[in-house]
Amino acid sequence: MGELKLMKGNEALAEAAIRAGADAYFGYPITPQSEVIEYLMAEKPHERTGMVVLQAESEVAAINMIYGAAGAGKKVMTSSSSPGISLKQEGLSYIAGAELPCVYANVVRGGPGLGTIQPSQADYFQSTKGGGHGDYRQIVLAPASVQEMADFVKLGFELAFKYRLPVLILSDGVIGQMMEKVELFDQVPRLTDKEIEEKYPWATTGRKKGTERRVITSLALQAHEMEAHNLKLQAKYKTIRENEVRYEAINCDDAEYILVAYGSSARIAQKTVQMARQKGLKVGLFRLITLYPFPSVDMQELCKQGVKGFLAVEMSSGQMVEDVMLAVKGCAKVAHFGRFGGVVHTPEEVLNALEQKIIGG
Amino acid sequence: MTEELIIAGFGGQGVLSMGKILAYSGIMQDQEVSWMPSYGPEMRGGTANVTVIVSDERISSPILTIFDTAIILNQQSMDKFEKSVRPGGTLIYDPNGITRHPERTDINIYQIEGARLASEMGNTKIFNMVVLGAYLKVNPIVKLENVIKGLKNSLPARYHKLIPLNEDAINTGMKNVVDMHILN
Amino acid sequence: MTNISLEEIIKPENLVYEKTKLMTDNVLSYCPGCGHGTAHRIAMEIIEELDLQEQTIGIAPVGCSVLAYDFMNIDMQQAAHGRAPAVATGIKRVYPDKIVFTYQGDGDLAAIGTAETIHACNRGENITIIFINNGIYGMTGGQMAPTTIPGMKSSTSPYGRDIKLMGNPLKMTELVAHLPGTYFVTRQAVHTPSAVRKAKRAIRKAFENQRDKKPGVSFVEIVSNCNSGWKMTPTDANKWMEENMFPYYPLGDIKVDGELVK
Ligand SMILES: Cc1ncc(C[n+]2csc(CCOP(=O)(O)OP(=O)(O)O)c2C)c(N)n1
Ligand code: SF4
Ligand SMILES: [Mg+2]
Repeated sequence: MGELKLMKGNEALAEAAIRAGADAYFGYPITPQSEVIEYLMAEKPHERTGMVVLQAESEVAAINMIYGAAGAGKKVMTSSSSPGISLKQEGLSYIAGAELPCVYANVVRGGPGLGTIQPSQADYFQSTKGGGHGDYRQIVLAPASVQEMADFVKLGFELAFKYRLPVLILSDGVIGQMMEKVELFDQVPRLTDKEIEEKYPWATTGRKKGTERRVITSLALQAHEMEAHNLKLQAKYKTIRENEVRYEAINCDDAEYILVAYGSSARIAQKTVQMARQKGLKVGLFRLITLYPFPSVDMQELCKQGVKGFLAVEMSSGQMVEDVMLAVKGCAKVAHFGRFGGVVHTPEEVLNALEQKIIGG
Repeated sequence: MTEELIIAGFGGQGVLSMGKILAYSGIMQDQEVSWMPSYGPEMRGGTANVTVIVSDERISSPILTIFDTAIILNQQSMDKFEKSVRPGGTLIYDPNGITRHPERTDINIYQIEGARLASEMGNTKIFNMVVLGAYLKVNPIVKLENVIKGLKNSLPARYHKLIPLNEDAINTGMKNVVDMHILN
Repeated sequence: MTNISLEEIIKPENLVYEKTKLMTDNVLSYCPGCGHGTAHRIAMEIIEELDLQEQTIGIAPVGCSVLAYDFMNIDMQQAAHGRAPAVATGIKRVYPDKIVFTYQGDGDLAAIGTAETIHACNRGENITIIFINNGIYGMTGGQMAPTTIPGMKSSTSPYGRDIKLMGNPLKMTELVAHLPGTYFVTRQAVHTPSAVRKAKRAIRKAFENQRDKKPGVSFVEIVSNCNSGWKMTPTDANKWMEENMFPYYPLGDIKVDGELVK
């Protein structure tokens, strides 16, 4: 068993970056995720593993530092919260276009605008439908515990390098700020420069004499070249949709009604399931782990199994619910419930909504 | 066993660290724990509270509106959380600065004069440990030895010399908790 | 005049000049007479002369030189508009022993990328910045740049830059010279053979500084022409540059070995 610790979600994310063998973290402070860079600065990862930590002058600069280092084959991570993530979108689009691997976290707070520092899930559309310009996707992992904040950093890097794209850890103020027990995975060694050169034939590390030069770019002046590049990206996204769907079905086997949720909303909904079961209601929880790829096919299976209704529970005015509707294709009733703007719904409110919008309605 | 607890008072009273020590103690005896603080501007000088859950099972929601136990350390928190204790649950409070005492009759109510006892012991910083002692007397969810282990794990080594003082404070709290209203 | 045949001329022993191997054979996309091509060439010659190619990573900007990676035959990254110094920082921080340089226009470096430029310079990143100041946005069709001089016409200052209305030109090079994180700051040109020789010496110094881990940024501005954007013939453009740009942007070293030149 790995080392057991009581940690905040943000701290677990930071510690996991060191342990996952990251080469660098570039970031800029913003509540409620500043603990990430604070923890890293205090831990001196440079002494532990040689990992670089730099506070950039802005989120824009931070994501472009990521672009440079990732383009040179290094394992790099950044994190921020909603307003800062908006600033990173330009860089993320370039990273997706140039097919570079990186992991970044959004510890979501309420918006729009400067909003509030309280928890929210209102960045779902931005996270799953692109965010920046152009036709690109990223893998979105939604941790629902401090343990997953740590584990998804390691998983995120694996996926990022496997598919060469940005992997987003979509967290929120609840998961970032709360402390739970975490079992930390063992240190993954950082790759040496030589290993990087051999492993990543695309990485710009300096052209060796007698070899072709390597170029990192997202530009193609000719439209047909750009279309070909887009087709290649789309094929990659299809592979991801077919192979990387992750979710957890809790009490779904005999369920008539399903709560669909991710992150901290899933934790709250799990309590609602317990309360509903005590009342004799057959309720289950379908917890999304990947928001992209979305587990559409498996949701249709639930319909076949006799589920009568789905309640999408999210801290937004209704974003994920659109994907639930697309997934179940009208085979059962779908409704949305959620508080937003920084207000966190209670398990009781969720139960109420389920009874009124799905069971009774 | 699942204990869902809120600790609420002023920022600076050691509310968050008391919750943290409790959570650490739970880990020491192989339980699941969660610690969810209020965060943000409300913490500055105002009220601070933390929800702590210790359980034998996987913990669902870390955010709750109804609690098994509320530990209340100022009047604002009394006004806010007295009503949040489930019927049959427990409320522990420090009467220092309380102008309206709890009125519910469907819960167990205990008093601990943490502020007075801590200053009598010559160190107001151990206030939260006195209160923790009172709580553990009423509801021994974690063993004292695990609390000490938890302290060792959560405090940097340079503070380990303070552990005996903390242990004294916990014992003082255990001895001085007063029954105010007990359900039978 | 003796008759020499073509075969004679191209004999290896008659070779008087050869393009550096670190320029590709791709046809340059620059307008005839544009200074970008010369600046590319001398930068690549220096990399070759110093034998740094195996550890060099260059960063192309957004601007006319966006395709610098098609011409410079070394490992290159293409950065978002203005972000090249941040991209360079990212690479240099994880590869402190490699040689990292940016190649940026004035819109890229001194407008949209001002923050990235100033902070990379102020942190003292051990990188080289080559800054092509042509007083205009060449790529997008000749709009006003932060460096457009007073009275100068552009498509967004069609009656000439009016300081009251449009603000002052930004002397970025003087500005970064005053930051403690810059080690070598100079302003050069590439419009005459002697200017090219001087500019090449400056670029050599800029890369040597980095190779020798001299503390801080080595920053080389090249005041250049944009005959298309300026709507002049190449010769007129060079003349206009000497008469109007150089007085405003005087050539020469501004900071050497970490000390301001008085
Ligand atoms: C975010 C963004 N804004 C605007 C543009 C459009 N754009 C491309 S190049 C350029 C100006 C480049 O001027 P400069 O840096 O002076 O380079 P030059 O072409 O003169 O060499 C602009 C505004 C862009 N590509 N990206
Ligand atoms: S537009 Fe100006 S800067 Fe661009 S290639 Fe032509 S002359 Fe050079
Ligand atoms: Mg220009």
